[in-house]
Amino acid sequence: MIEMSRRKFIKTGAAGIALVSVPMFFKLNPLAAFAGPAGQQRNLKDYYAHFGVDEKTIRDVIAAALDKGGDYCDIFFQHRISNWIGLEDKAVNRAYSNVDFGVGIRVIEGEQTGYSFTEEITPGAMKLAAKTASNIAGQSKNAPPAELKFHQTPNYYPIETLWENVGIDQKIPHLERINDKTFALDRRIIKTRIMFEDESSYVLIATSEGRIVCDYRPMTTLSVVCIAEQNGKREDNYFGFGPRAGFEYFTPEILDFMAEEAVKRTVELFDAVKPEAGEMEVVLAAGNSGILLHEAIGHGMEADFNRKGVSIFADKINKSVAESFVSIVDDGTNPNWRGSINVDDEANDTEMTYLVKDGILKSYLHDRISSKYYNVMPTGNGRRQNFRYAPIPRMRNTYMLPGPHTKEEIIKSVKKGLYTETFTNGEVAIGAGDFSFYVKTGRMIEDGKLTRPVKDVNIIGNGPDVLSKIVMVADDLKLEEGGGYCGKDGQWCLVSDGLPTCKVSSITVGGINA
Amino acid sequence: MNKKERLELANWVVAQAKKAGADDVAVNVVNQRDIEIEYREDQLDKLIESTQNSLSLSIYANKRYSSHTTNDIKKETLAGFITEAVAMTRYLSEDPYRLLPDPKYYANQMEIDLELIDPAYDKVSSEKRVEIAKEIQDKTLGLSDKIISCTSYYSDSFYDTVKVHSNGFEGVREGTSFSSGVEVTVKDGDKGRPADWDWRSVIFFKDLASPEIMAKIAVSRALDKIGQTKMASGIYDMIVENRAVGRIFGDLTGPMRAGSLQQKSSFLEGKLNQKIASDKLTVTDDPFIKAGLGSRLFDNEGMATKRRVMIDKGVLKSYYVDNYYGRKLGMEPTIASSTNTVFECGTRSPEEIIKEVKKGFLVTDFIGGNSNSTTGDFSFGIVGKYIEDGKIIQPVNEMNISGSLTEFWHQLVEVGNDPYIYSSLRRPSLYFKDVQFSGI
Repeated sequence: MIEMSRRKFIKTGAAGIALVSVPMFFKLNPLAAFAGPAGQQRNLKDYYAHFGVDEKTIRDVIAAALDKGGDYCDIFFQHRISNWIGLEDKAVNRAYSNVDFGVGIRVIEGEQTGYSFTEEITPGAMKLAAKTASNIAGQSKNAPPAELKFHQTPNYYPIETLWENVGIDQKIPHLERINDKTFALDRRIIKTRIMFEDESSYVLIATSEGRIVCDYRPMTTLSVVCIAEQNGKREDNYFGFGPRAGFEYFTPEILDFMAEEAVKRTVELFDAVKPEAGEMEVVLAAGNSGILLHEAIGHGMEADFNRKGVSIFADKINKSVAESFVSIVDDGTNPNWRGSINVDDEANDTEMTYLVKDGILKSYLHDRISSKYYNVMPTGNGRRQNFRYAPIPRMRNTYMLPGPHTKEEIIKSVKKGLYTETFTNGEVAIGAGDFSFYVKTGRMIEDGKLTRPVKDVNIIGNGPDVLSKIVMVADDLKLEEGGGYCGKDGQWCLVSDGLPTCKVSSITVGGINA
Repeated sequence: MNKKERLELANWVVAQAKKAGADDVAVNVVNQRDIEIEYREDQLDKLIESTQNSLSLSIYANKRYSSHTTNDIKKETLAGFITEAVAMTRYLSEDPYRLLPDPKYYANQMEIDLELIDPAYDKVSSEKRVEIAKEIQDKTLGLSDKIISCTSYYSDSFYDTVKVHSNGFEGVREGTSFSSGVEVTVKDGDKGRPADWDWRSVIFFKDLASPEIMAKIAVSRALDKIGQTKMASGIYDMIVENRAVGRIFGDLTGPMRAGSLQQKSSFLEGKLNQKIASDKLTVTDDPFIKAGLGSRLFDNEGMATKRRVMIDKGVLKSYYVDNYYGRKLGMEPTIASSTNTVFECGTRSPEEIIKEVKKGFLVTDFIGGNSNSTTGDFSFGIVGKYIEDGKIIQPVNEMNISGSLTEFWHQLVEVGNDPYIYSSLRRPSLYFKDVQFSGI
């Protein structure tokens, strides 16, 4: 299938996990039910026990939520345990943890949403929240809630050990190893900050249509910030990994690689310049540059924006938007990638959805409301930050499929332009279509060759315009290592993206006017 | 749970943590009620109601530090939570700088009513909330037939926070807030669908902005974007509208934090009492504004707040110094982060300033972009209007500005008379000379 940049690292994974460890947050008693191979058997009974509910209670709550009418109701139980430890000034001297527990209840009538949640999972508290959510309804008659049928989903994020069984004593040496390596690699490094975060999220989702699903969602990020000094000048940069993977992901090789990458990316900035301001040819390096897709097309294809008529892509389905070798997908099924989900947050199966296939705009990214509105199958993009929020269409892993060219060919074809390598953030105006992303590092291309390093420039363009200007796509698709968070309507979701090397014939680069 | 019970719970947590082996403990218990409404196409689109709790505790044990948050505040589960939290802290490295603030900083708290609670909060009915959102929608839709989408918003919130430190601090903070707004999308032929918004937060229900004004501003801003284009790259003057100033100002204050200085990632290190901006920039941190969105008598570390000039006629007068990084740097703590940021305003409106601009841009929004706090390098996407000979000529987008914050703030030549009061950052419009723009 697709060549993933990270696969080589996963392969080197060693399974050596210490036997005795200090638990770091938090084994609620029912969690014991999940002991065993990563608790990923996803047995419904365990989840009922975990949340202290049974089928009858859930059906009663659904009935209460639909008491005043409404077409549909879902209940989203969640228990999230997250840990964060940090190294600063050469010592792991800070730790944070968070436990979050609750249930969200949603009632839909047509396109209207009523939502409430409670942090107390008792029949009384849930029925009260159900009553609050039911205030949206009033017009339609509803069928009595169907019997709940367990829907088994595939597991796209197998891991060896649950994060809550990995002690802080096991994690600390990882940070120390990276720190030592970082300082050993280059004498110009004066400070590092290393952050290690992990999260276990248990969810149980039941719908008034009778589907019930459960999921265990692991997540981790490990990142290194370096500050370097040379001749009185300072620069900083960072590198990190952020998969839905287990502790075993971070092999010694990965840890050393992280230190090397962070140092390299920091010290090369001392030689970096700012490019000339204005429009130019831009070659996006494979991997992290997938942020282009996220901003230029991904958000505009989220179906809520199209249902409301506010996206620049509204009315463009089945129209040609790019060269025939351009295919762009949003995929929830990539093993252990940050944006993957076994099931979306409204109990729909996830999939690989084509946004653009062979240059033709194919499908929006749907949640339940929009798939009903457009009368299409849901695509599994209904996601939420946590139980406090109603789901909305969100991206997962967004990437472009490999194309017919090679990286060498592409770089050679540019007389004067910019090669962008790493990014920090981006933003898009859905309606006008303008989007931008911030290039942390890159290189100039002069006469078909990569030359001086470049830093800290913003790139800005218009979504449909830039898509039509993708003139070359290489065969070297890579997913980004770090991944990040995507914010929309005040909700943050885990996403990732990827890209093969590709060339945009013209885009505006922030820089300096001669 | 009422305020008294929350205080009792916080004190119980302190005692439990000490029993488990903590030397010192800081506890916050927060309760928050929220109601949010989204209204579109003549009906409620979303109605969200919730009450939430959270408890956080910071543990100082054997010179080690950790911090924990949970929303399960039943004593029976908290007991285990606290024991594990203290046990886990032992595995961390020693950090002699982690201590609760010296109690001398808790003292001398002002005794004034900051007017942060609207007694009318409980009297706002569900019908009234929907009525406000509907009125905003109706006023908006009446303004233009180019509107293709309009969503209006209303929300209100009540919070109650209790804070207890084991070395002698106990404080309560309560408040209300009300917000309303609208987002409008208009059709620009087959080019695009520009959108804009107006959204404001206040402490008192009676101070909610008028639906007419919000509708007018959102619609005219969206309509003004019709026909956006990019212009030639070059060096131009720039007026940043008050609403948009937050994005660039935040990148000046971030590097003023002690954490940034101590980590050697601030271009403002060593710049205290030096000029970091032009004479036009005077900024005060004022925690005592009545009904101010950032007003407070004690800060997040329990320290009594003070009014402080941060930047005086371009000279950096104070950093934001918290206790931890303050100790590491050997600096007196000030405040960890801003309360209300107040600019000394000028005398002219942005409209008057525009008349003076030969060639320049009025920036109404930033889109994306970032800045490097270590070096001061920045680059942002902009949306706005092109100005020539004192007149607005053309809406623009898809352009960037770039430069270095070490020079940029010296290019500030005038400050508007229009502070934006719907935020704790009360910023007026700002006029900069000779900014690097990239476009065509």
